[in-house]
Amino acid sequence: MATAETTALRTAPAYGGGIWSWITTVDHKRIGILYGATALFFLLVGGLEALLIRLQLAVPDADLIGPELYNQLFTMHGTTMVFLVGMPIAVAFFNYIVPLQIGARDVAFPRLNALSYWIFLFGALLMNVSFLFGAAPNAGWFGYAPLTSDQYSPGLNVDFWVLGLQVLGVASIMGGVNFITTIINLRAPGMRMMRLPLFTWMALLTSFLLITALPVFAVALFFLTFDRFWGTLFFVPSAGGDPILWQHLFWLFGHPEVYILILPAFGIISDVLPAFTRKPLFGYAIMVYSGILIAFIGWGVWAHHMFATGLGPIADSFFAAATMIIAIPTGVKIFNWLATMWGGSMRFDTPLLFCIALVGMFTIGGISGVHHAAAPANLQQTDTYYVVAHFHYVLVGGLIMGIFAGLYYWLPKVTGRMLDERLGKWHFWLTVIGANLTFFPMHFAGLLGMPRRIFTYSSELNLGGINMVISIGGFIMAIGTLIFVYNLWRSIRHGAVAGDNPWNAHTLEWATTSPPAEYNFGRIPEVRSREPMWDYPDEMIAQAQYVPERPVHMPSPSFWPIFTAIGITLTCALFLTEIWWTPLLGLLWTAVGVISWSFEPPER
Amino acid sequence: MDHAATHETATGLPTWKLGFWTFIGSETLFFGSLISTYMVYKGASRVGPYPHEILDIPLTTISTFVLLMSSFAMVLALAGVQQGNRKQALIWLATTAGLGATFLGFQAYEFTAFYRHGLTLSTNLFGSSFFILTGFHGAHVIVGTIWLTVLWVMALRGRLAPSDALKVEVAGLYWHFVDVVWIAIFTLIYLLQ
Repeated sequence: MATAETTALRTAPAYGGGIWSWITTVDHKRIGILYGATALFFLLVGGLEALLIRLQLAVPDADLIGPELYNQLFTMHGTTMVFLVGMPIAVAFFNYIVPLQIGARDVAFPRLNALSYWIFLFGALLMNVSFLFGAAPNAGWFGYAPLTSDQYSPGLNVDFWVLGLQVLGVASIMGGVNFITTIINLRAPGMRMMRLPLFTWMALLTSFLLITALPVFAVALFFLTFDRFWGTLFFVPSAGGDPILWQHLFWLFGHPEVYILILPAFGIISDVLPAFTRKPLFGYAIMVYSGILIAFIGWGVWAHHMFATGLGPIADSFFAAATMIIAIPTGVKIFNWLATMWGGSMRFDTPLLFCIALVGMFTIGGISGVHHAAAPANLQQTDTYYVVAHFHYVLVGGLIMGIFAGLYYWLPKVTGRMLDERLGKWHFWLTVIGANLTFFPMHFAGLLGMPRRIFTYSSELNLGGINMVISIGGFIMAIGTLIFVYNLWRSIRHGAVAGDNPWNAHTLEWATTSPPAEYNFGRIPEVRSREPMWDYPDEMIAQAQYVPERPVHMPSPSFWPIFTAIGITLTCALFLTEIWWTPLLGLLWTAVGVISWSFEPPER
Repeated sequence: MDHAATHETATGLPTWKLGFWTFIGSETLFFGSLISTYMVYKGASRVGPYPHEILDIPLTTISTFVLLMSSFAMVLALAGVQQGNRKQALIWLATTAGLGATFLGFQAYEFTAFYRHGLTLSTNLFGSSFFILTGFHGAHVIVGTIWLTVLWVMALRGRLAPSDALKVEVAGLYWHFVDVVWIAIFTLIYLLQ
């Protein structure tokens, strides 16, 4: 054990220490850790918001939380979980894992990568600082017009929402540009597109969705900002403005966003399953193509969120059919995962358990998704808890299960230490039992007439029992999450030393040391197949862990990303002063940052 | 071309160029949404002034010509930098930036004239969607003009060698893109009323 420890820690990367080194870092691994830590923090915040909602709804006619705070809680729960947890934790994995999987030393634009993180962090803070003003966003995470107008939502609540999201969107677009360029251009020799690990493929597709969907949302948010601050009329019905335009723009972003959230999780389990079944992924090429199809068709289904607005039979039929068609490539993925497990020698460690939970629970969410796609059934289900059940099955059952699978699988690479298996199994069972106890009864509550986004319900609905079960399930999930947090803390301090490839996995990141050297690979390895660490591991390890005689040229740390991020956030935040020229100060700050940045030499 | 920067990448394309094309793809969706909104709200204004009353096609044709010629100047500026011809680079970078600034002058004049006719952001849907769309395009021209001016200063100080041509090429990609967007705006808003 002692020798294993010295071997593992011998090659620990030679970073400078201290907080300044984190502030100025441009290392993709450190930025990945920052993204992950921030997202896990907001997972706890968003979870706490959910628990408060469930306390209020546990019994009928409760008055624990008034309608005003309730509106803020469900709005911030949704906004937080989508923008401050789901997206950034996927980006945390992109950052840490993708360059290692493709045999690169960093991302294509390391300083831009740091800028993305700081903008994300400041945007998240801007959004949440609203709680201190007692004015958290309260119009739903989808912010439907005209509820968000100055007339119906005076006060700062929606201002914080629209400006915070605008800041966050900038970070996502930059991240998308960075990862597309990285994956296409920085692959190691021999790492052809059809040899990329599935996770990297899904990161690429997600990045394409980010750069195409987020600008549409940015435009919608600009319209709303100008409506609220400068009296434009985009969503003002009395002047001829059409609130349905907001819904079109929002869901043109919002549906690709669904795939932005789920494709990374699909990618994670497609890499984890082969390691734990000792079999290559079944139907690699088909998995790639079905991912491409999901991303592509995902752009043509947005109006299924809008059946209730009365689009007319032709539009309804088109969007219903397009939505049902997406079930085909998704089903292909489900069957390929099953076929990967079929006949494999399975090792039921925590990562595999979470993968199996994803396959089962996402399928349930997928099936209720097809129910919504049928326009007539949709009219019955819309705005009820049936919809809440559906998207929690795909997001908790899909995204969150995938994320936990990925965390148990890759954290040993990040920290060099294993997570505890016994605590992991407690975490897994509490999460799966809690999630199903929470979200499955919501189907019944919804069909029995329980509406979304209403702060209480009458005892005459006879839904008190179901709601109590739902709330108990929520608290079971919360206990599971706390066990995970403890497990993580414990693993960093006392975890068993992981070694370089604890799972005997197949992809290139496992050739590096745990944690990897700052430059990742001593020599860039030359890849000849999809499973290099199964086919010729010694050669890959020798290349990756080769100690270069001369220092490797790496991007220099830079202060300008955080400086520029402050400028961009200020530009948006200063709108809150309602003095027209103050945002220009933020723009000036940004300009100083960008120009100083462009004259800074990129390499040391 | 800068071989030191290109021979290592998997596609052979410079990373900067690939990244910038990706960004332009994103910008296409941005302007696509703005232009679509303008088209959706065409004829939806409840009160005047209406587009046909105040859009000045002859004047905007001139400013469009100015912007198109700036793309031509951009090509010559890039050629100057690539061939190490400092004089050509300086002249044509200045011309490109100057034509950009001229276009902005036309736009400032147009906005002022519309304001005098009683059209503001909050007059009607035409005012809202017109000013936001052309305003965002103008903001892109401002960024491009500043970018070109910085390149011009670099050229003046002799810091723009042929090995730096990629910097000018990427600025050129941006400039041509902003130009193409204007052609779409000019056609859809001014010519097809």
